[in-house]
Amino acid sequence: MLAWTIYISFAGAALLMLTPRASARTARVIALSTAIASFAVTVAAWCRFTPGEILQVARVPWIPSLGIGYHLAADGISLTLLLLTGIVAIAGVLFSWNVEKRPTEFFALYLVLIGAVYGVFLSFDLFLFFVFYELVIIPKYFLIAIWGSTRKEYAAMKLALYSFVGSAMVLIGVIAAYVEAGAKTTDLAALARYPFPLHFEMWVFPLVFLGFAILAGMWPFHTWAPTGHAAAPTAASMLLAGVVMKLGAYGCLRVAMMLFPAGMDAWGFHVLGLGSWRGLFAVLALIGIVYGASVALVQKDFKFVIGYSSVSHMGFVLLGLMTLNLIGLGGAVLQMFSHGIIAGLLFAVVGRMVYDRTHTRMLNELGPMRLARVIPFAAVTFVLASMASIGLPGFSGFVAEFEILIGAWRAFPTLAVLAGVGILIGIAFTWRALDKVFLGEAAVGSQEAVKLPPITWAERAGTSILIATTLAVGLYPRLLLDLILPAFNSPLFEGLRRGLWR
Amino acid sequence: MAVNTHVINAVDLLRLTLPEIVVGLAALLTLTLDLVVLKGRAAAVRWKAGALVACAGCAGAILLLVLRPETATLYDGMLVVAPLTQMVEAVLAGFTILAVLLSVDSDFTQHIGEYLALMLFATAGMMVLVSTRNLLVIFASLELLSLSLYILTAFNKRSRLSAEGALKYFLFGGMAAAFFLFGISLLYGLSGSIQMSGVASALETQSLTPLWMVAIVMVVTGLGFKVAAAPFHLWAPDAYQGAPTPSAAMIASSSKIASFFVFATVMVMGLTAGARTWHGPEAAWVPLLAVIAALSMLVGNLAAIAQSSTRRLLAYSAVGHAGYMLLGILANSELGLRALLYYVITYGLATVGAFGVLAALEKEGMDEIDGLAGLSRRAPWLSFCLLIFLLSLAGIPPLSGFFGKFFVFSSALHAGTGLLWLVALAIAMSAVSLYYYLRVLKQVYVRDPGAGAGAIETSLLMRATVGVVALLVVVLGCYPDLLLNWIDAALRAMPH
Repeated sequence: MLAWTIYISFAGAALLMLTPRASARTARVIALSTAIASFAVTVAAWCRFTPGEILQVARVPWIPSLGIGYHLAADGISLTLLLLTGIVAIAGVLFSWNVEKRPTEFFALYLVLIGAVYGVFLSFDLFLFFVFYELVIIPKYFLIAIWGSTRKEYAAMKLALYSFVGSAMVLIGVIAAYVEAGAKTTDLAALARYPFPLHFEMWVFPLVFLGFAILAGMWPFHTWAPTGHAAAPTAASMLLAGVVMKLGAYGCLRVAMMLFPAGMDAWGFHVLGLGSWRGLFAVLALIGIVYGASVALVQKDFKFVIGYSSVSHMGFVLLGLMTLNLIGLGGAVLQMFSHGIIAGLLFAVVGRMVYDRTHTRMLNELGPMRLARVIPFAAVTFVLASMASIGLPGFSGFVAEFEILIGAWRAFPTLAVLAGVGILIGIAFTWRALDKVFLGEAAVGSQEAVKLPPITWAERAGTSILIATTLAVGLYPRLLLDLILPAFNSPLFEGLRRGLWR
Repeated sequence: MAVNTHVINAVDLLRLTLPEIVVGLAALLTLTLDLVVLKGRAAAVRWKAGALVACAGCAGAILLLVLRPETATLYDGMLVVAPLTQMVEAVLAGFTILAVLLSVDSDFTQHIGEYLALMLFATAGMMVLVSTRNLLVIFASLELLSLSLYILTAFNKRSRLSAEGALKYFLFGGMAAAFFLFGISLLYGLSGSIQMSGVASALETQSLTPLWMVAIVMVVTGLGFKVAAAPFHLWAPDAYQGAPTPSAAMIASSSKIASFFVFATVMVMGLTAGARTWHGPEAAWVPLLAVIAALSMLVGNLAAIAQSSTRRLLAYSAVGHAGYMLLGILANSELGLRALLYYVITYGLATVGAFGVLAALEKEGMDEIDGLAGLSRRAPWLSFCLLIFLLSLAGIPPLSGFFGKFFVFSSALHAGTGLLWLVALAIAMSAVSLYYYLRVLKQVYVRDPGAGAGAIETSLLMRATVGVVALLVVVLGCYPDLLLNWIDAALRAMPH
């Protein structure tokens, strides 16, 4: 049944493409109903899901002569991310309610993107996974290049090329693994069981992990993220930061770590104090946390602040993955979900509520407008989103980052301390943005507040969905942790578990 | 019925070469019809009538090939009819139909009968080319194909570019033919046989002397020119740019399919066997072809970035694709041949489609990439098809170009990890290729049309042809088995 998330999204996109002359209103209604329908399917599957099992969705031979199958399935991790996709997709449509330029094409590409993302999270066949993974690139490019702002063509091309280079690295690994395992199957479960030689895993693991980590915004390959997020239209930024970056992190976990766990073993020698790929990637993730936060601290453009904060928060995901203990891994997946929601909320405030009204994102120009008085709803939303983002207890960010820090403390104590410093800088840049944008002093001489269009119902609805989600997960994290943690006990992660005590 | 004989039997010969004869007759019929019956009629009528006859001829040949599977080897391999060659011949005839359909609306020439007849002669040449194992017949049919293509390139007499492109094509082609012929003569001198099987068995018993290497290099040069692999690609950009669009489509698709098929046959069947003596188990020409493949990928993809003309861009990207396809030959296995056939056929489809879109826009005088600005608003259907073709060439799933790449690359790795560097280079270069394909698509979808640019009128036939090709590109990408099963069945029935 879950497969319908993909089909419904693509059908919605096809419907929009076939009715190019439909009004903007019709287009958004179609898009919204499509997004809601796929989310409903996901929720229905979630209700019937038994944690720890793998829910088989579809399994038919696709290219039998090469052993490639159309195999869709979901475990707790996929299901968590499917829920995230559904929520962000609905909110994204609500926050693009004001798109008037070529609306049918906009929503068609948007739905293709969503459908492909669902496909990635559901694929249990390596080839199929890669097909959906690459399918994401093209709609992303056009969404930014056509509907974006600031240097949109440059940012779109940069993002497309970074993604494609990343997936090229992954493709080398995929083909190598397929051939190494005898060129008989691309099924993930079968490949996870296959004992790849150690030297093979040692070169394929970093290649594939890096390929995916580019899309997850790992330092120093993160530079596409801030420019891409800043140039993208609101809904696309929400999807990019909220969901697409998670594709990278999910790929790291589902493909790189699950298939080639031995690649994380010690090299047997030390370079600059690092003894394994795992150590190297943990350090890069930490640099991402601290660097992203520090750079966000000095940005002049509101959207770049949020863009760099995404780099910082995705660093936590990668650090969590590299801890290789259950609490860290669980925290990483929870952080994927939590950051998806919070980043969506932040970009909605910046892109839709502020930029679409004021047509500027410069912190020093926004301050004098006294936005807290003109659009108090935006100010309140941003305060709540900031609280979630810096990890205040009660919001989902707290649970996730706390778990990652505990996991990191067990694996790499020094890095955990430094990641704590990253959180402190995170508080600083969030506070700075909040202060400059919403609590700024009125310009001298102009006592009159600027006139801006009021907040629409669609914005209120989108905001409520996202805030309710982050609060729900923050107050009752077992909602998702009960899904995520048992998934690591499945036979798929056998190789990873064997390495845990090393 | 299986025939394997030295005895000349005219009836058998006639039966086995019937498809080629049908195409040849169609050519003569087109010519007569146009020069005698339709003399003085309007160009549109002559195009339609000529195209109808030409398409009927090709369709007849396809029906004969598909419905009457034959297995025969005549005169020691001078004529080989097997399911595999029949399949490739049918595909080639199919591509000719597409090229003919693309030419119906054009107005670059008054010599309509001659133009269509030459297309059919080129097709006949290709059909003979793929169904022989005799080096001399390969040379002769290659010349029939090439000479027809030179003239087809020069057919737009009003355009200087067409003349320039044809002259370059002819001069380089003549040189390559000389190399090829010299290589064949050396092979004949060394092995005492002009058949591929004879050359192969001679190679098995003799050691690999430098003279053998010279012969191999010469043959590779000659064939490398036909497939436009670097550094023998210099004719391609000018020929692609100057040639009338249907001719360019033919050069880029069916001629490429036939040449690659014959390239693979010569290398894998003729020159593999005993050549495994120099450094290891692999064939001696592997390093040579690997270097040519690497050069093609680098030159083609990097030069394509700098192009401002859509056709030149397609030409350089064709050089890059030749590099990827050479990986299929380098795999030196049946798996590699399967992958190569799938790749080259789907590649041919995407290229024909792209040229079809350009042909539809020809009357607007659009050659520059910048001239495509806002095309999606002016001709939405053609733009969407162009999107599919270019993304397939870039290797974006689920289009057929992606599966072709996956298949060729895995077949190359399957042959041994020695080619890993080349596969890695190929994948890296396909990341580069996305950049220039997206540059074209950016103009089409992102930029706004210039002021006063209205909708573009195209004929229904053109839109339908391009649409069918686009559909094939998508369907073969989603269900590669449709084509793979056909190739597999043909390969399994191959006499060894």
